[in-house]
Order: sequence, then structure tokens, then C-alpha cells
Amino acid sequence: MDLTTVWFVIIAFLWTGYFVLEGFDFGVGMLAPVLSRGEAERRQVLTTIGPVWDGNEVWLITAVGAMFAAFPAWYAGLFSGFYLPVLLVLAGLIVRGVALEWRGKVATARERSWCDAAIFAGSALPAFLWGAIFAAVLADSGLAAVLGGVFTLALSLLHGAVFLALRTEGPVRRRARRAALTASLAAVPTGVVALSAIPAGGSPLLWAVALAAMAALASAVALTWRRREGWAFTATAGAIALGTAALFGALWPEPLPGITVAEAASAPYTLGVLTWIGLIALPFVLGYQGWTYWVFRKRVVSAPLSKVG
Amino acid sequence: MEALDLARWQFGITTVYHFLFVPLTIGLGVFVAGLQTAWHRTGKAHYLTLTKFFGKLFLINFAMGVVTGIVQEFQFGMNWSEYSTFVGDVFGAPLAMEALLAFFLESTFLGLWIFGWDRLPKRVHLATIWAAAIGSNLSAYFILAANAWMKHPVGYTVVDGKARMTDLWAVLTNSTAIAQVPHVVGAAFVVAGGFVIAVSGYRILRERRAGGGADARTWRSGLRAALVMTAVAGAVVAGTGDMSAKLLHEQQPMKLAAAEGLRHDESGAPFSVVPGVEIPGLLSILAANDPGAVIQGADDIQRRFAAEFGPGDYQPNIPAVFWSFRVMIVFGMATVGLSLLGLWLTRRRRRGGERPLPAWFARVCLLALPLPTLAVIAGWLLSEIGRQPWTVAGELLTAASVSPGVSLTEVAISLAVFTALYGVLAVAEFALLTRYVKAGPQEEPALRPGQGDGDDSPALQPTLMY
Repeated sequence: MDLTTVWFVIIAFLWTGYFVLEGFDFGVGMLAPVLSRGEAERRQVLTTIGPVWDGNEVWLITAVGAMFAAFPAWYAGLFSGFYLPVLLVLAGLIVRGVALEWRGKVATARERSWCDAAIFAGSALPAFLWGAIFAAVLADSGLAAVLGGVFTLALSLLHGAVFLALRTEGPVRRRARRAALTASLAAVPTGVVALSAIPAGGSPLLWAVALAAMAALASAVALTWRRREGWAFTATAGAIALGTAALFGALWPEPLPGITVAEAASAPYTLGVLTWIGLIALPFVLGYQGWTYWVFRKRVVSAPLSKVG
Repeated sequence: MEALDLARWQFGITTVYHFLFVPLTIGLGVFVAGLQTAWHRTGKAHYLTLTKFFGKLFLINFAMGVVTGIVQEFQFGMNWSEYSTFVGDVFGAPLAMEALLAFFLESTFLGLWIFGWDRLPKRVHLATIWAAAIGSNLSAYFILAANAWMKHPVGYTVVDGKARMTDLWAVLTNSTAIAQVPHVVGAAFVVAGGFVIAVSGYRILRERRAGGGADARTWRSGLRAALVMTAVAGAVVAGTGDMSAKLLHEQQPMKLAAAEGLRHDESGAPFSVVPGVEIPGLLSILAANDPGAVIQGADDIQRRFAAEFGPGDYQPNIPAVFWSFRVMIVFGMATVGLSLLGLWLTRRRRRGGERPLPAWFARVCLLALPLPTLAVIAGWLLSEIGRQPWTVAGELLTAASVSPGVSLTEVAISLAVFTALYGVLAVAEFALLTRYVKAGPQEEPALRPGQGDGDDSPALQPTLMY
């Protein structure tokens, strides 16, 4: 593989990490008002993502930084081309991040409800818009954008609900399972349409990846039904990873209409030194992020309110 | 009005706003880590009180630094696509390294610190705040290396109208970056020190008025630590500021001329304190260590640039640069002077015992918040307005950097959205910080048995810090 291909794969990997990890953060953010009754449960739900959401978001920053360094013209073309949708993504991420950090520090119920609204909107906007943006890159039609957006929104809901069922105890866990099954009613049909549109005209390999993504999605629903929470989460994560792989497979070798990867790429020297830096640093990042999930692996319970003051 | 003008306003507003929170993140992170280390070493309860109190203020501020930082990563591509395409090969590398090496460290370990108080062994928990603080400081290095390259590009060639990196090491050890990193990071510690000084002064005044004084020792030890930090960091800022002035003389003569309002090349150039008040020869000494050295003047540089790069206006907004420079120096020095005065007033008596802090000085401490904040903002205005009309000195003009496909309306919308959003958030952040400072340290509930052993508690509970 030449360095241009290596970096395209690395960037696809970074976006995959972002969609898998922040996918459930978005889902949890949207489901928090639906699945929790009262303040104690609301805290229980948000604590499942509390220690990790910021680290998850760095996958996006790194993916974007890597695009800037490795494919400047792709980076510049994508974000100036989708100017207003990207602006809305940023506005969403801003209000959501601040609300997640401040929610436990504000004083009144009214202020907390502002934070809840910001977490909801700030999770829904990017969850919809990332799908819409990448669908529009591939198909350049409003219908495709809406379909792509609804798919990633529903998939985030499903992924987040499955994550909550895995990470909580008590009534929230039961409601999360039902929410996952409900979300799959939207995620599966839009997923079938969107995932089969991705490889249209592409190679058999791309078809195989897209079909595998659909299979993972279907098995996630079946596993949720059978209350196999750990495996269901593995399946939704797999569906997102395979779907992202199919997306980037379809973006190769023209990540934007009229710009090829080779034209957009930085020179071999830059790609070479960055490869070494990435190879050295990435195992450490994966190691300590994985350790974080291990530290907070236990199910979150709903603590009595006096204790959560 | 063109898209270019609005894009410049947007960059200025979002970046200056981002930098309101960044220095506190950089400096206060280390300060809180130091407090927790002191608690760990000595076991004294007031260090834990201070760790949790300033830790909470740190987190309120940290959130703002993070979310406003996301915008930075995107807006080069959104508003400055020509710039991004031209520089990405070189400029993108430190940005990617910043995300990979610094941001992951910072955010992952901060999450562990916030939620790990009763999940991690004490020693490991202490290590997490240090890892986060190191991440913040490392990110400052990478972004400042990228920024220094815009003003003094090194380690590259231009091929087919694009900059191509030839030497990453040269980019990372750019002399401009080597001078700029300790200057800006030092200034961040001055801002953070000033913040702690102001908060401590306020708490001391408030508790005296309330007739208490039980916590006098707590606030005094926090104040002393912050005074030391501010004074030491202030010395670093002054020393590296001198280095930067000498580099400006060699690398960015136009910025130096603008900062001094010097119109024509002059040997033995005077330092202009304010317009009309000049100290003969001082500028030549500061810039070149030689009272007779020739310093280039703005009008003469303009002529030389026009001859080299073709007709055009190569001067920045000279009054803006001139006055930013003065605000930076005066407000910065005032902060350091305040910290030295505080150290003198709180010195130990020869025979034991502590002097009570004079009430007038506790009031003066409140100035330690706005003074260094205005100084660092002025420093950035000096540095970045003074770089104009270039985005990459000698290579790319700002006017040629903007996204050609983005309309005036689009930029206007995003400028409006960011300004409105940032305005609301600034009010909320200020209210939240004020509320916590007024409330003072919260009673920490008794620690649960088994705390710090990590695995004993049956299930994860929502944490108290969150």
C-alpha cells in the first residue's frame, strides 16, 4: 500500500472510532429525557457517558486534524462545501459539551432542564447531520441527505439504547431495552436502503461490507430481543464500524466530487513522518482509553437523591 | 463588506474568546495538580479543600475551553479553504499531533480524574490530573508551533502553489516557536495565578466580614502558592518577551515597526513610551543589543515589500498594534508587580507567626483577574494583527486565503451564530463561577468505607463532582 492509501485508511479508522464511540454518547444524550423518571435516574443515565464522552469526541478532532494534515484539499473542500451543516454540528457540540459538564454544577431545576434540552439538541443535531453530510457527498440529492441523516440518527438511538441497557441497572435498563427495539423500527429499514445505496456500482467487496453491516444491524435487534446486552452492543458497534467502512470504501478514490485522493494528498515526506508518529502514539491512546472503560465497567445504579445532592 | 472581512472578524472573535479559557486550563490544571500533590504528601485537609474548590472552578472553565476549541479545528477548512490547501502539508502536521498526543491525554485522564475520586487508588488518581495537565501544556506547544510557522515559515518548499514540508524537526524547533511557547505558556500561568489570587483575596475579605476566619489558613496558603507561581511565570514571560523582540527585529520587522510606531529606518532608534515620549536608543538596544543598530521603519519596509512582492499595502493596522503592545506590557507588569508586593506582605516574621494580610491588599488582589487577562488578549492582538496582511509571512496574503465558494451570507450567519452563542455562554459561565466562588468550598460528605480501593463498591454510582 502506498502512503496515500495508508492515510486514507487511518482517517477512515479515526472516523469509525468517532462514530462508534460518540454514536452511543449521542444516543444516550437523546434518550436521557425519555428513559429516566426523575433526577436520580437522569443522573444515572448521564453518568454512563460522563467519564468518557470528552475522550470520545477527541476521535473527531483527531480525524479532522489528520484530514487537514494528510489531505488538505479534502479537509478544506468538505468543510467549506458543507458550511452551514458543519456550523450546526459545531453549535450542537458546543451546547452539548457545556451542558454535560455544567449540569451537575448548576443550582436549580430550571437550569438543569436547560442543560437537558441542550444535551438533547446537541446530540440529535450531529447524529442527524453527519449522516446527511456524508450521504450528500455520495449522492448529492436532498432525499439522500435526509435518508442518510435519519439512518445515523436512528442508529445512534439504537446504539445508545443498547449501551444503556448494558451499562445500567433497574428500571432504566428495562426501558432502554424497549427503546432499542423501538429505535430499530426506524434504524433497520433506513439502514437497508442507505447501506444498499452506498455500494451501488461499486466492487463486490464493497457489497460484502455493506451486507455485513446489515447483518450486524439485524443481529443487534435479535440479540436485544433475547436480552444478550453485551453481544447486542458488539453488534451495533459492528454495524456502525462496517457501515463506516462501506462509506469510506465508496468515497475512495474520490472523497469529494472532482477531487481524487492522490490530488488532495500531502507529499510523501509529511505522510511518512506522520505515519511513524501515529504508529507510536495510537497504541498508547487505545490502551489508556480502553483502561478508562475498564475502570468504569460496572453498571450504574440510580443513587438516592440525598447522595447525589 | 466582503466575506473576507467577516471571516476575519469571525476568526478574531472565536479565537480571542477561546483564549479567555485556555490560559486558565493550562495554568490552573497544573496548580490543582500541585495542590492535590501537596495533599497527597502532607495529608493536610486544607490542601484537599483547595484541590476540590479550585478543581471545580477549573472544570467549569475547562468545558468552555474544549467546546470553543472544536470550532478552531474546523474553521480553517470552513472559512479559509485556500489557506488550508496551501499550508495543510506543513501546518496540519502539528495540529494532527496535537490531537493525537495531547487532546486524547487531556480529555481521557480528566474524565478519570473527575469520576475516579472513589474508584482509583489515591496515587493513581493523583497521576490522572497530572496526565491531564501535561496534555493541556503539550497542546499549547503544538498549536503555538503551528502558529509560529505562519509568522516565520521554516522547513518547507513551495511546489505547484502548495507548501510542502521538508523538515518536521525544523517546524517543531522553529526559533519563533521556541521563544513563543514559554512566553505564552508563562503568560497562561500568570493568568491562572492571577485568577487564584483574585479568588483568594475575595474569600479572605468575605470571611473577615462574616467574622469567621476559620479558613484563613486555607486561603492564605492558596494565595501564597499563587503569588509564587505568578511571580516566577512573570519572570519567564518577561525574559522570553525580550527574546521575541529580538526575533521580531530579524524575522518580522514590520510588526516591530508597527509596535513602536517607527515610520522610517533609523539607527539608534528610540523606544516610544507613548506617542511623543521617547527614550533615545532604547529600541535598538532591546531589539539588537546595540544602541547604534538600524531598526527598520514601517514606510521603508512598505517600499521594500512593494518592490519584492508587487504593489499592495503591506502595513498592518499600526495604531492597533502599537496600543496592544503597550496594554500587554503595562497590564502584564502590573500583575507581576502585584504578586511581588503580595509576597512581601505575606512574608514570614523572623520569629514565627504570620502577618495578617492587609485588607487593602485583599481588595487589590481582585485586580489580578482582569489585568493579566487583558494583557494576554492584547498580546494576541499584537501578534496576529501585526502579522497582517499575511497569513503565511512572505508566502500567502490573508486576502488570498479565504474560501472562494463561501458566500457573504453564509459567513454572516456563522458569525452571528457564534457571537450569539458565545455571548450567552460567557454570561452563564461568569454567573456559574461567581456562584461557586461566593459559596466557597462545599462540605464534602464523609468518604465511603473502602474508598480508593477501587473494586469494593458493588456498583458505579453517579459521582458527586459531576
